Amino acid sequence: MPEEKTVTLNMGPQHPATHGVLRVVLELDGETVVKARPVIGYLHTGIEKTMESKLYYHALPATDRMDYLAPMSNNLGYCLAVEKLMDIEVPEKVKWARACLAELTRVNSHLVWLGTHAIDLGAMSMLLYAFRERELVLDVYEACGGQRMMTSYIRIGGLAHELPKDFDKKVLKIVKVVRERLNDYEKLLTDNEIFINRTKGVAVISAEDAINYSLSGPMLRGSGVKHDLRKANPYSGYENFDFEIPVGKNGDAYDRYLLRLEEIRQSLRIAQQAIEGMPEGPYRAHVPGVVLPPKEDVLYKMESLIFHFKIITEGFQAPFGAVYQAIESPKGELGFYISSDGSNKPHRVRVRPPAFVNLAALPRLVEGSLFSDVVCAIGSIDIVLGEVDR
Amino acid sequence: MEEKVRSFLNSSFGEAIIKEDNFRGQQSFYIKPEVLIPICQALLENGELDVRFLADITSLDWLGHEEEKNGRFELVYNLYSLSHRYRFFLKVRLPGDSPRINTLTPLWEGANWLEREVYDMMGIWFEGHPDMTKILTPDELEGHPLRKDFPLTWEQPQFSWNKDQPPEVVR
Amino acid sequence: MGLEEKIPDSVILTQLDKMVNWGRKWSIWPFGFGLACCAIEMMSTFASHFDLARYGMEVTRASPRQADLMIVAGRVSVKMAPVVKTLYEQMPNPKWVIAMGSCASCGGVFNNYAIVQGVDRIIPVDIYIPGCPPRPEQLMDGILKLQEKIEKESLKDQHEEWGRRTV
Repeated sequence: MPEEKTVTLNMGPQHPATHGVLRVVLELDGETVVKARPVIGYLHTGIEKTMESKLYYHALPATDRMDYLAPMSNNLGYCLAVEKLMDIEVPEKVKWARACLAELTRVNSHLVWLGTHAIDLGAMSMLLYAFRERELVLDVYEACGGQRMMTSYIRIGGLAHELPKDFDKKVLKIVKVVRERLNDYEKLLTDNEIFINRTKGVAVISAEDAINYSLSGPMLRGSGVKHDLRKANPYSGYENFDFEIPVGKNGDAYDRYLLRLEEIRQSLRIAQQAIEGMPEGPYRAHVPGVVLPPKEDVLYKMESLIFHFKIITEGFQAPFGAVYQAIESPKGELGFYISSDGSNKPHRVRVRPPAFVNLAALPRLVEGSLFSDVVCAIGSIDIVLGEVDR
Repeated sequence: MEEKVRSFLNSSFGEAIIKEDNFRGQQSFYIKPEVLIPICQALLENGELDVRFLADITSLDWLGHEEEKNGRFELVYNLYSLSHRYRFFLKVRLPGDSPRINTLTPLWEGANWLEREVYDMMGIWFEGHPDMTKILTPDELEGHPLRKDFPLTWEQPQFSWNKDQPPEVVR
Repeated sequence: MGLEEKIPDSVILTQLDKMVNWGRKWSIWPFGFGLACCAIEMMSTFASHFDLARYGMEVTRASPRQADLMIVAGRVSVKMAPVVKTLYEQMPNPKWVIAMGSCASCGGVFNNYAIVQGVDRIIPVDIYIPGCPPRPEQLMDGILKLQEKIEKESLKDQHEEWGRRTV
């Protein structure tokens, strides 16, 4: 009787369905996965070490490149952490504008997730639809900051420039168009028998396991735990908005799909409320010596010019201490732990990456199920390798 | 909630807590390395405080700073209570040569990859960890990149006056 | 195509070159080697708004054995460098490489221990496209310049040139 051994299969770093350079070493017994071991580090960039050698302002663009599908939320997390460290209070208009941009970022990231998840499971046209919607959001980014993806628009103390004049028209158009088209996508996928067979009951995790594995974001909410940092510890004016948090029941991939679609709808609702109620005011806080003065002042007033020069070349001295600020990014709890040693450069910037912690649960999701469920599980966790590897 | 955490920790582990700190509204406790596991076990069993979420494990290196006299490495455990929505930190100081501490993997599965990353980037060894290997850096890289004595290793950019020579690596 | 080795040096090809180059440049099969942020802009270029299929490049093959053009989109880390080299060597001739973005061209924003300062330290590159990330129109401009480059190639030189290339 020949003894049965397992086959070791390498889902290599270059693979059309691993969303980047993720390598998974699988041990298969026929079609069933016996052991799965993700190997990461193929995109390790040393961002945390780079940020230690730059001033606080100069370290900001490095945060864009981590979770490159949701660049504005990384900026927001870093700026909120530095503002907490320096004890800066930003004007109301900045808070509302930041919340609006963060919600558009959530729509952006979830659309890319939808497109790539569907194409992994075989629905190819979904990718084209999702990227078509995404172009509208990238138009808004370009009008605000000049760059389509790595905007660095949210700066320490406020925004980089004044909001563009037709910002509210553009955002309201996005809200209207995406809301209608989401119904089309639901018709395409939600009751589709193939999609349901491939995602129902796949990659299941229970609520206790989710808390034990420190999962956050849609992975945690899909298992029934109603926890969202926007409601639990509100930041940047989220207490002014009226929205709901969708929660799943079974913790499988289908629930997470429905949850993320509902999150897009709630984000559009928040963006609409933010535009309709945005207060007037300056787009940057006035803290001389720490926050850059507006460009119009720099050209006309002497003190602003001197402060501008000093802040860009020497930076500001931060007080000794450490802060942690967590925001609800589209992937989960994105946290920035900034420790300062009293000088003008950060002593340690630690990014708590939601995708890294969520990916650690992949063996738990996949062991015991079929090989084709691995692709569905990786897509359902919604990883971004730039954030996993930093 | 702040008062509840303080009284709970002081009542059961009063002698092991070195200092309590509150910077910008964030409560943190400096504790001795030996009591980390008992404190976390007690927090998990205490149903009233409901501290079940380990958000993050961070490591810092205080080389060259006057804080080094308390211990070169600092580990920060970021704990969160879901029902009270309260966050607090447990900080541990470790000596500079061969820093070791017990692993939290039996209590929280999420600590597995977080501790692997701390080992890879900072060099702190966790006793009892099921798989203590490198996770982010390439296998050929020796050393631990986030330590302060590991240089950034950047290259001098090539301009027209030095483009014919091989690039100069600054350590 | 082993035919070009048999052509003696005294023969010049004109119309055959033109036909072969016309065929090659309008049906490039890209091997989208998307690593990081530039990969998302590459996906946007292949999507419907900035359609790349009108240049005949809609078939993206996942396997390097079936692809012509390797678009290195994103930062190449030190751990990934041997993988890039292996994939390049697996591609059959004729092959071209585009380094998309600043990180692939010269190391980009990151100048530290973990990033290879430009993918041309590992594999030979034909076209460099700067930008962080480059706009889809910039990528299309780079691809059109690659098409102009392919037009100027000749069947006869391929053999020695590619002999030099796999280095």
